[in-house]
Amino acid sequence: MSTAYEPVIGLEIHVQLGTRTKMFCGCELSFGDPPNTHTCPVCLGMPGTLPTINREAVRLGLMIGMALGGELDDRLVFHRKSYFYPDLPKGYQISQFDRPLVSGGSLGDVRLERVHLEEDAAKLTHLGESGRIGGSTASVVDYNRGGTPLAEIVTRPDIHSAEQASSWLRLLRETLRQLGVSDVNMEEGSLRCDANISIRPVGTDGLGTKTELKNMNSFRFIEQGINAEVARQTRIVQDGGRVEQETLHFDPRSGSITSLRSKEGSHDYRYFPEPDLPPVAVPTELFDLARAAIPELPLDREARYVDVHGLNDESARLLAFRRELGDYYEATVAAAGATPDGEAAPDGVTRPAEPADDPADTRRQIANWIGNDLVRRLTAEDADDDAAGDPQASKVTPQALAALVALVRAKSITRKAGGQVLDALVAEGGEPAAIVERDGLAAIGGGDELRPVVQAALDANPDVVEKLRSGNMKPIGVIVGAVMKETRGRADAGAVTQLAREILGL
Amino acid sequence: MIDRDTVRHVAALSRLELHDDEVEPMARELSAVLGHIETIAELDLDGVAPTTDVVVARSGLRPDEPHVSLTRDAAVDQAPDASDDGFRVPSPQA
Amino acid sequence: MTDPTTLSAVDQVAALRAGDLDAAGLFAAYRERAAADDTNSFTWLADGPDDAAAAVPDGARARSVDGPEPTFDVPADDALSVRGLPVAVKDLFCVTGVPTASCSELLRGYRPPHTATAVARLQAGGATVLGKTNQDEFAMGSSNENSAFGAVLNPWDRTRVPGGSSGGSAAAVAAGLAPVALGTDTGGSVRQPAALCGVVGLKPTYGSVSRFGMIAFASSLDQAGVLARDVRDAALVLAHLTGAADPRDSTSIGWQGDALGLPSADRLDGLRIGVPTDLLGEGIDPGVRASFDAALRTAEELGASIVEITLPHARHALAAYYVIAPAEASSNLARFDGVRYGNRAAADDLVSLYTRTRHDGFGPEVRRRIMLGTFALSAGYYDAYYGRAQQVRTKVVEDFATAHEQVDLIATPTSPTVAWGLGERTDDPWAMYRADVMTLPQSLAGVPAISIPCGLDDGLPVGLQLSGPAFGEPRILDAAHALERAIGFDGTPPRSGRTGEGGAGGADATSGGGAA
Ligand SMILES: [Mg+2]
Ligand SMILES: [Zn+2]
Repeated sequence: MSTAYEPVIGLEIHVQLGTRTKMFCGCELSFGDPPNTHTCPVCLGMPGTLPTINREAVRLGLMIGMALGGELDDRLVFHRKSYFYPDLPKGYQISQFDRPLVSGGSLGDVRLERVHLEEDAAKLTHLGESGRIGGSTASVVDYNRGGTPLAEIVTRPDIHSAEQASSWLRLLRETLRQLGVSDVNMEEGSLRCDANISIRPVGTDGLGTKTELKNMNSFRFIEQGINAEVARQTRIVQDGGRVEQETLHFDPRSGSITSLRSKEGSHDYRYFPEPDLPPVAVPTELFDLARAAIPELPLDREARYVDVHGLNDESARLLAFRRELGDYYEATVAAAGATPDGEAAPDGVTRPAEPADDPADTRRQIANWIGNDLVRRLTAEDADDDAAGDPQASKVTPQALAALVALVRAKSITRKAGGQVLDALVAEGGEPAAIVERDGLAAIGGGDELRPVVQAALDANPDVVEKLRSGNMKPIGVIVGAVMKETRGRADAGAVTQLAREILGL
Repeated sequence: MIDRDTVRHVAALSRLELHDDEVEPMARELSAVLGHIETIAELDLDGVAPTTDVVVARSGLRPDEPHVSLTRDAAVDQAPDASDDGFRVPSPQA
Repeated sequence: MTDPTTLSAVDQVAALRAGDLDAAGLFAAYRERAAADDTNSFTWLADGPDDAAAAVPDGARARSVDGPEPTFDVPADDALSVRGLPVAVKDLFCVTGVPTASCSELLRGYRPPHTATAVARLQAGGATVLGKTNQDEFAMGSSNENSAFGAVLNPWDRTRVPGGSSGGSAAAVAAGLAPVALGTDTGGSVRQPAALCGVVGLKPTYGSVSRFGMIAFASSLDQAGVLARDVRDAALVLAHLTGAADPRDSTSIGWQGDALGLPSADRLDGLRIGVPTDLLGEGIDPGVRASFDAALRTAEELGASIVEITLPHARHALAAYYVIAPAEASSNLARFDGVRYGNRAAADDLVSLYTRTRHDGFGPEVRRRIMLGTFALSAGYYDAYYGRAQQVRTKVVEDFATAHEQVDLIATPTSPTVAWGLGERTDDPWAMYRADVMTLPQSLAGVPAISIPCGLDDGLPVGLQLSGPAFGEPRILDAAHALERAIGFDGTPPRSGRTGEGGAGGADATSGGGAA
């Protein structure tokens, strides 16, 4: 009988902070600029140069710590972490060691170990036939990236599946994005993730030997990489072997995992206090500035949408985890006069004289229209990009969407016609009422107008009428379809069914 | 007190080549110096905090304002082996 | 008129201000003397006063986006002007476009794109760079025998060492090749060569002079200092080195003491001078001891009281220093890898590139200290060595604080011996390291100290060290000035005799070799 194993996963996330200048010198941050055009004697590690701490990086680090509920240190203490590599100009990285800026905290169901500040390494490009690591004979170093401020976020080993890892990382990324501390772009490397992975028999508490899987640069690769490593470890253990502690690289193309560093680097980083940066108190005004800059964060917003707005979990999460959608939603709700009691409407939105008749239902409808209809229409053009489809940048104003939802809720137009109105709004903007008028999309009113059309459809389908009379309501769709065709979608399906029953005396 | 293997290990950590005939003298000299240094092992230092610096006041943090960086040519001017793209080194994986 | 190089720096700048002397002429006079140097004190000489300040190619230096180069607060007092004063600068101070190697083979030919703040401050005050002076490689040594540019010869006796690591700066001032020189002091590297060469050496409070642009040896100890013919000249230069904190050095804290001026005291009434008896027990040459005791008697005659004190942990400073300094050095020197600057050894793979570059580029003493420092920081040894050494440092700091509750200044001989023969201690590192036993405690404590000549022993200068609490420089300078006048030391080395192999020094003088 084979034992079942569960993965135990901790993540280490390096986040490039959105400062103007580097961590320890005044060179401007850049991405994609020509190599070695953003360097100075300090970030080239020239003899005689010294680091100076970027105040803004500290402020952003404090914001992360506050948002994640960690304990903040009031002193800045840096260490040197020594190893030789061409991407490290001084032969050591200035990092935090035994006194991180932030200790503890949590995000969702994952606890955090620490958040600390450090400097990024430079970029090493491998020349040669393949252009990639294996088989090349020379490399060149571009120090533009070297010295970029990083926050390293380390979780406790609270994650137990690849899927949990990637969904939690999405939450973290959105939280950081909404904090405004980083542009969190994984492709450009401003958010990078390593995973510490071990396995243990299900139901036990111990921790197995862990391996470190480096630098996976997309959510898909993180899932694939963790799954591959868990499978590899499980195979080893089931075959009676032992997992070795090592650093690994996942190649998404082949799905294979290779050891990244040779044994020679059996690491002895020789951490010691950075003598060029004596410990310094974090200025108290930085705490205040950081605290004042923290917006409502995704998890808090999600809870508010469920508890106060009455949205379902799925809508709430979608709107909360994409700040621009949430902001647009709240503006639309305000324009509809459906802002919950006690909540302030966002600035710049004109509220109607009359509040919505059923504010909770109005909010749910608005959330639906945004989450389903509008987002789908806006992302059609530039798919693939998470940030695409920002309704705030579209031609559809919150007032227009609020008016559209009101028309549908009042049954002045059908939901289907509403879709046509939305198409027109996305394409050209404008007012829903005017579009309904112009395109003749008004719902066909009560029985007087609709009854003859239903009668005609029944007359034209005697076989259907026979089945309906015998109690089989299934073919009613044929009648509804015929009416819709005749009215170009302006009829309400429920009303059609109701009229058919009346006419047939059912 | 510091043997040849330790000397070789420390030399590897330091990225210092030591020729075979340099290992023994290095072990001897380091051992002699460490012998003197180890007199501090006898001091009673329980509970004494370490002093990492003797700066009597603290400097502030740097404002996040850019300076003018070096030009590319100035940056690579002193490099033993520069290419258009940067500083050339043998590939770490070669 | 008289040879301007016989004047003190203070008198030279006064003559320049009065128009009795012209700066180009003064520079040329020193340039000529330095070019004829037979002590191997210089590694590079400027052609003219503007050489080191010459326009730097576009883009070759970092500056603020919104403004020009950083500006420096220059003393407004005319009496403190250095306009037109030539200054010799220890090789490890970076000067834009000027060869700067810290006397290492690895950096031979390196021309930095930046200028050390200490040098830039003097330039801002109108001083000119005369040349770069020889030193022990990366400031590691007490004899100036560890230089890729050859050993420096002591102007008092060319068969003897000048002390180190600022040996070239001390010898240049002693031999009259420069009016003043910049040095650096990590464990005594300004004070000890000053003592051995019969000149004044001042190490200011740690943090008072920016370290930006000084090629680091040990960051928590390194401090720029001055070598001068007399105390007033040292004070003149100090007034320019200090000022507002340097935003490019996080350990620079700006001048926080009383205003600096030229010392004028001629009495020591009421001054309490402590003599740490526990540090003076053994290993001090009788002739050194005799000169020291005579200096103490002079101090008493000037009105000072001599108080016996103890610095119980000072004798452990040597051991602590030889853990802390090499540990920091091993890390500071990790950047010398042959990738971005400096000389690179041929190699096909990256690890060999590093190991050969560093083997061939560093001299034996530097390699030894890198090994020692790496060992002290490595896994399993950190607590026993580095951690403990820092605890000893705490005790040394406390010793000085306690002592200064009792006394204003503390006096010791600067060096337990006078200058020794070239090559004499190169086989015994610890004997070499012991040369700094009197100067290391103050370095660990970060307090200011000065060495002034207080006599001769067998024809060789003896130094007296006076130290005080942080930012106690004004009082130290006053006391040193009064004592200097009363002692009346003649700092001119004999021009004949004792010259050993004569004027053959120069760039091929004995190689560093051996230990220290
Ligand atoms: Mg890190
Ligand atoms: Zn820079």
